[in-house]
Amino acid sequence: MSDEQQFRTERRKENAAAPRERLPGEWPTRREFIKRVGAFALAAGGTAALWKALRDPEGERGKPQEPVFRLKNYRVAPPTGAKVLGVARGSRYDLMLKMAIGAIGGIEHFIRPGDVVLIKPNVAFDRAPKLGATTNPEVLGALIRLVREAGASEIRVADNPIESPENCFAKTGIADATHQAGAKLYMPTPASFEMLEVPGAKLIARWPFFYRPFRGVEKVIGIAPIKDHNLCHASMTTKNWYGLLGGRRNQFHQDIHNIVADLALMMAPTFVVLDASRVLLKNGPTGGDLSDVMEGHTLIAATDQIAADAFGFSEILARKGDLPQYLYHARDRGLGNPDWRSVAIKEEQVG
Amino acid sequence: MSCGCGKDGGCEKPVFFAKEPPGTNGVKAPWWMKAFRITRVRVFSQAFFFGLFFFFIYVTWFSRLKGYPVSLFLEVDPLVGIATAIATHTVYRHLVWSLWLIIPTLLLGRWFCNWMCPYGTLHQFIGWLFNTRRNIDKIAINRYRSIFQLKYIILVVFILLAAFGSLQIGLLDPICIMYRTFTTGIAPANDLAVSSIGGAPWQLFKPGTEEYRVFYATWFVGLVFLGLVGMNLVIPRFFCRVLCPLGALLGFLSRFALWRIDRDVTRCTDCNLCLAHCEGASDPQAALRKSECFVCFNCIDDCPEDALSFRFLPVKKPVLTRQPLSKLPETEVAWPALPRRQLLLTGVLGVLAYPLVRLSAAVNPRAFDKKAIRPPGSVAEPEFLERCIKCDQCINVCPTNVLQPATLMQAGLEGLWTPVMDMRIGFCQLNCTLCSEVCPTGAIQKISTEKKLGVGRYAAAGPISVGTAFFNHGRCLPWAMETPCVVCEEVCPVSPKAIGTYDEQVKRWDGTMVILNKPYMRPELCIGCGICEHECPVADDKAVYVTAVGETRSKDRSLLLRSRQT
Repeated sequence: MSDEQQFRTERRKENAAAPRERLPGEWPTRREFIKRVGAFALAAGGTAALWKALRDPEGERGKPQEPVFRLKNYRVAPPTGAKVLGVARGSRYDLMLKMAIGAIGGIEHFIRPGDVVLIKPNVAFDRAPKLGATTNPEVLGALIRLVREAGASEIRVADNPIESPENCFAKTGIADATHQAGAKLYMPTPASFEMLEVPGAKLIARWPFFYRPFRGVEKVIGIAPIKDHNLCHASMTTKNWYGLLGGRRNQFHQDIHNIVADLALMMAPTFVVLDASRVLLKNGPTGGDLSDVMEGHTLIAATDQIAADAFGFSEILARKGDLPQYLYHARDRGLGNPDWRSVAIKEEQVG
Repeated sequence: MSCGCGKDGGCEKPVFFAKEPPGTNGVKAPWWMKAFRITRVRVFSQAFFFGLFFFFIYVTWFSRLKGYPVSLFLEVDPLVGIATAIATHTVYRHLVWSLWLIIPTLLLGRWFCNWMCPYGTLHQFIGWLFNTRRNIDKIAINRYRSIFQLKYIILVVFILLAAFGSLQIGLLDPICIMYRTFTTGIAPANDLAVSSIGGAPWQLFKPGTEEYRVFYATWFVGLVFLGLVGMNLVIPRFFCRVLCPLGALLGFLSRFALWRIDRDVTRCTDCNLCLAHCEGASDPQAALRKSECFVCFNCIDDCPEDALSFRFLPVKKPVLTRQPLSKLPETEVAWPALPRRQLLLTGVLGVLAYPLVRLSAAVNPRAFDKKAIRPPGSVAEPEFLERCIKCDQCINVCPTNVLQPATLMQAGLEGLWTPVMDMRIGFCQLNCTLCSEVCPTGAIQKISTEKKLGVGRYAAAGPISVGTAFFNHGRCLPWAMETPCVVCEEVCPVSPKAIGTYDEQVKRWDGTMVILNKPYMRPELCIGCGICEHECPVADDKAVYVTAVGETRSKDRSLLLRSRQT
């Protein structure tokens, strides 16, 4: 028998005689004991405490808590003697804008040096500017330059088009006009929408709003083309705010007139510009054929968007009879005066 | 006394683990010591928990429900608790009970796998029943293999997906697999047996419905189940060792366990007999892999040298007073064996898995499947996918069989086997909220009938709608076939009814006069319960059918401008 074999045999005999017990060398050190048991107590207690903190017996805490925000009132009280509507006719947009805005108080009155200004054109569709379905980029460019001259520190242009944003901004000429005039373009992304609360709104008391470009903004100017529209008869400056909303806005058509009145409540702009350089007379609001479009040679500035829309409907589109329902709804809710003949107005031929 | 190994007096084992008590050479052990040795207690425990699980499945039914905690196994499942906590940052209702598993695991290791888990029990039982291996082959097959790392990879991927908001643990969580398979496979198979054979023994577990339940997913769920159980013949406890994400999580927690199997290297002769019945393949013959050990105690039972014991805080490197007998001096591998580089790759895999599941149009608000109708009380879809573990308990309890595990077409991989309603098979019973009662994670939140119906303090919010019914005039008897009908209007359970009729007298083709009540929908009243579709006599392609649009759980899938959110 080798030594190894002998050792094993003896060892096994030894082991068989004595059941296994914990030998002195098999005890953990005090430090080890405290460390391990402490770690267990910490892990068990920590999990219990965490579970208690995260406990949600009704399941309500786990639902997303959507923060809501409200829009500021962007209006500026007009100076004494200012008109409500300024109507400029001609073909030089810079001069026409100056005149029209001059009539309602002058750009320097509305825009203070250092202001961050947001301009909202209508860029709803992927259409060439000539087709009149979107804001005229030359008019937008002239407006941006005017606001810049008034000392605005930053000018932003934003819209949430119906068709794909990049294409719409590019093919309407709005992107180029914005960049050439030195303004910043904001295109919508899912992350740029937040929940807007509109107190008193009938249908959009809470609705996702294209809020990112509105952060830190002091003044808001709407600049909308004037277009035929089957359901609401005409799309002008109040309907233009539709382009700031997200979510299921295809449901708006179930009650479009109350929606547009809600839009007038939602947005109290510094002033609006009704761009009647081109007028989409029929087949709106998309158009698509040059024969749908009439040269309008008119720009209107207004501190009352309802009056501007009423003027546009009767005078530019030259529609007879009742105004679109939404203008009356807005009037009834104290949001403006659709009786444009009774408001102060200045009309002039320039350039 | 001899244990059969032929060595005289070398086989005594300590009390409690011993087949015979020590120091009683030649004297038989009393019966109780054999009966209550710990491996046997373990088998009792497994049988008890398997029976309990079976009982819970059985009583998950309206007339048997009483107050039993039928989803208990899911609620104590730490993978469910932890993964939903990561996805939702909350711990829903009874999920705090996962502490009852987390704390013992931190003390004792993965005992759950071999003492409580019904799926583990099933695997062990099947492996035992069909075992054809000789001892030497058992020892070989029970050695640790690197493929066992796979479960940690699966766990990390699932946890990352949960962090992104896509809960996929239910695909492989053993408790979810068990509930799902019993719900969509075994229970309806029993229904079928009762309806086609009748009598005992099937009648013992008589189904709740008169008709046997049917599921689109049975074949798929069943094949996965059978395949995984069958793998036991290739590798014992294949699922538990290789795939189980819950086992991986418990294995991770076991790293900190205060107790473990300890091998005395001055006694161990490296005979490897401890591997013969090792359930976890945790290398008890060498350095014990704490994260793989199921604490089944078979190794202690099998050790002829009394070298193994289950010890509180064993020392990794004891100060030996005698020369070791074993040639393998190591005693412990604490961490799960997942090399750092592999862990990194796993992380990348988890990040890539998210777009893989999330970019399915089926779960997007722009293209959700019209037939993916969620049960009432369900949270909005993104939150639903953070919570649903595909356990299908809601489907198990549903009295009308309307709830179905979603197919790949309806819900993509992300929503596979989540509950949707098929109104041809059943309908959502007006005064029933059972699915919301049994949901362990709050994907379907616990609602009262008041809330479901929009009465009492929920009157302002209105009833919960799960969808909207639409008419197909071309197939509707009064609209298209000069034939009176309006079963749909008759069964519409809301008041006032969501289905109205235009009543017209017409002269039929044969000259007889007939009054036709042509039905139409009042969408603001429809709750999408689908009883109209279920009862419509145009059986194969119903003339009225519910689709998911108009559900009130979120604005994303609403139909009307003046839509309600509940």
